Amino acid sequence: MRPRIQLLTPELIGRILCEAFELLMSPGVRVGSAPVVELLRSAGVEVNDGVARVPEQLVRNCMASAPRDFNLYNRSGEKAVHYGGDDVHFDPGSCCVQMLDPDTLEARPSETRDLVRLIQVTESLPQFAAQSTAVVCNDAPSAIGDLYRLLVVLQHSHKPVVTGSFSAAGLQGMIDLLAADSGSQDNLRKKPRAVFDVCPSPPLNWSEFGSHNLLELARAGVPAEIVSMPLAGGTAPVTLVGSVTQHAAEVLAGITLHQLAGPGSPVVWGGAPAIFDMRTGGAPMGAVETAMLNMACAEVGKHLGLPTHGYLVATDSKFVDAQAGAESARSAMLGALTGINMISGAGMLESLACHSVEKLVIDAESIASAYRLVRGVETRGATLATAMFAQTGLSGEFLKLKETRAHFRQEQHLPSPVIDRSARGSEPPSDAFTRARARVNELVSQYQKPSFPEDVLRKYQSIVEREADRAGVASALSGD
Amino acid sequence: MCGGSRFLDVGPEYNPGLVSLIPRLICAGGSLSGQLFQAMRQSIIDGASDTAAELAQQALAIGVDPLEAVNQGFAAGITFAGDQFGCGQMFLPDLLASAEAMKAAINILEPEMLKRGSQREALGKIILGTARGDIHDIGKNLVATILSASGFQIFDLGTSVTPEEFVAKAKEVDADIVGISALLTTTMAGQKAVIEALDRNGLRPRVKAIIGGAAVTQKWAAEIGADGYSRNAIDALELAKNLMSKVMNKGTAQA
Ligand code: B1M
Repeated sequence: MRPRIQLLTPELIGRILCEAFELLMSPGVRVGSAPVVELLRSAGVEVNDGVARVPEQLVRNCMASAPRDFNLYNRSGEKAVHYGGDDVHFDPGSCCVQMLDPDTLEARPSETRDLVRLIQVTESLPQFAAQSTAVVCNDAPSAIGDLYRLLVVLQHSHKPVVTGSFSAAGLQGMIDLLAADSGSQDNLRKKPRAVFDVCPSPPLNWSEFGSHNLLELARAGVPAEIVSMPLAGGTAPVTLVGSVTQHAAEVLAGITLHQLAGPGSPVVWGGAPAIFDMRTGGAPMGAVETAMLNMACAEVGKHLGLPTHGYLVATDSKFVDAQAGAESARSAMLGALTGINMISGAGMLESLACHSVEKLVIDAESIASAYRLVRGVETRGATLATAMFAQTGLSGEFLKLKETRAHFRQEQHLPSPVIDRSARGSEPPSDAFTRARARVNELVSQYQKPSFPEDVLRKYQSIVEREADRAGVASALSGD
Repeated sequence: MCGGSRFLDVGPEYNPGLVSLIPRLICAGGSLSGQLFQAMRQSIIDGASDTAAELAQQALAIGVDPLEAVNQGFAAGITFAGDQFGCGQMFLPDLLASAEAMKAAINILEPEMLKRGSQREALGKIILGTARGDIHDIGKNLVATILSASGFQIFDLGTSVTPEEFVAKAKEVDADIVGISALLTTTMAGQKAVIEALDRNGLRPRVKAIIGGAAVTQKWAAEIGADGYSRNAIDALELAKNLMSKVMNKGTAQA
């Protein structure tokens, strides 16, 4: 039996959806741009003063055309991530602006070398099914920062990518880069390698930027992950269930826009809902209530049969310390038990602002434990224990049994040296951060950069140059 | 102020039913204003808009100078609330309720102050907005709440504000400080653009420019020639107060 956890009853999900549909009519949804207004009006939606009243039937029709599941592919064109059902995958958190320096323990602006290190480690760890454009490279021109991050990831990885663009103008260049990677726009559509996070602005606002990107992704057939981020008490109702309801309304509105623009295009019921910290106004990503919101939001998406996403495994701590470990491990478990298809956030500190590659390798251990937990207590062979006792009698010599040798790798997660289970020896014991640093160095030293055909590199270069021109910055970027 | 009780020590005479007692206190010739001011302070700390408005009305009815009511009564409450928030004893919903109560009291007192020509001087006029292309506004709103609760007059231009809009508003209201918030590395360039526009329009150095946001650093502030930067809303208040003293000094020096 696969263990699972359920916070909402089917009856409560029914009420959540019912009120979400009500919200879509009153107060309605703010829509930012003329093309969106036009699209909605052509579907018969009433839009007044930038506010759309979206009827339930239209939303339901649009949900019906959204795929129940889809795959992301790696660079060799193999299926690598399945969005759908109860499959669970993890990727490092996206878009941090700072990096924790392991020597000084200070958060400093992140740079290309940090992104490369994060990619190298993510590439080697099977716990991460996908890469992410994990940090912003402050050493590259910020006007094309989103494109540049993707370029660096594509040049260093085989895995699928969870990414996103920072502006409406930035999206096309990123899609073109992915098409160059896949060989053509058509290949990208058939075997997408990346999914794009797109955020509505709470409450109930599909801004010009967000909605533009949503429509363009739908038209290009590149998967979109709707990352609604209600902050309970700040930008959404203070009750968890009220925020889940707002989240549902925002995502339903997003799916409607998306499917009107590109029926059948892949779209994810995603989110980064959090509580609102009443002392600082921040978004405490490590709070248990934040995890509960992510779980409940995903349950609503699963109930609707849609692919799901959430933001977990992150912390609010500034260091890779006990708080970081506790918050991240707890939410990794909860997310896996909920069966969320893509769980973003590993490696992140400081409420999504700062990354740490050392935290990433520690989180990988929590994720491995979460996967182990989700596999549950399995039965192997015809008997549970008696057949083994038939061989050992009361001798206790289980270590000698062929069953032991055959099954211990499935029964136990064998942690990397990041987890200390050693007996105390002559060497002084080390703490998790020290061990994580060693592990990072080891993984980085083993990493091998993929090679690329010249023509792909040339295509990358020409897209980057074009985009640099458009943004008015000097290019000469290699992403190496 | 940290570590103190959420409630002011209003002394043994404090009576929550003070409002209804006022007429009797007057007749008895007791030390009315002291108790009234204390009740005013407490109404702000409690975030009790109705009580604050009622006390303001009573003050006018018995001829208390409205400016004194603000300065000695209500404003003391908001300063206390701000301090308590700063050290984590009060929470955002409490602080917002206090700010609302303050507004309710001022709304009642303002017409009389206008009549007497005794308008309460704002600490300074500050324009706030998020940089062009940026829709993150939680931090900026928090800064606005704290500054406004502390006596600054705030003109909040909202999100994704262009340099031209900042400049136009700064001219229109004769601002002392322009504050630009940016959360994205891509929109931080917008902070620079605003400062350049203020320079081009000859508004600086008279008008000060301050910046903030998650990725903003001291180094960036120095690079773009900002007059100040702060990591959080409480520090933004200190920063604004310090800059205002420079604005004032300059004013006197030039005069
Ligand atoms: C003038 O003087 C001053 C003085 C002090 C000032 C000041 C001005 N302004 C701020 N301060 C200071 O005082 C405040 C109070 O103490 C503080 O303000 P802060 O704003 O820092 O703090 C607030 C009280 C709480 N903090 C926040 O509100 C920001 C939290 C994080 C998680 C965040 C949120 C909530 C949101 N986001 Co966004 N978001 C993130 C943020 C990560 C982080 N930890 O910063 C960040 C900034 N976002 C990011 C991203 C990528 C994005 N976001 C986006 C959208 C959103 C939401 C709408 C979902 C939501 C904002 C809702 C809203 N109404 O503001 C998109 C941007 C859209 C756009 N064009 O603006 C989008 C691009 C995502 C997408 N793919 O669509 C990342 C930045 C990437 C970059 N390039 O810089 C990010 C670091 C998170 C991440 N890792 O992805 C101080 O900085």
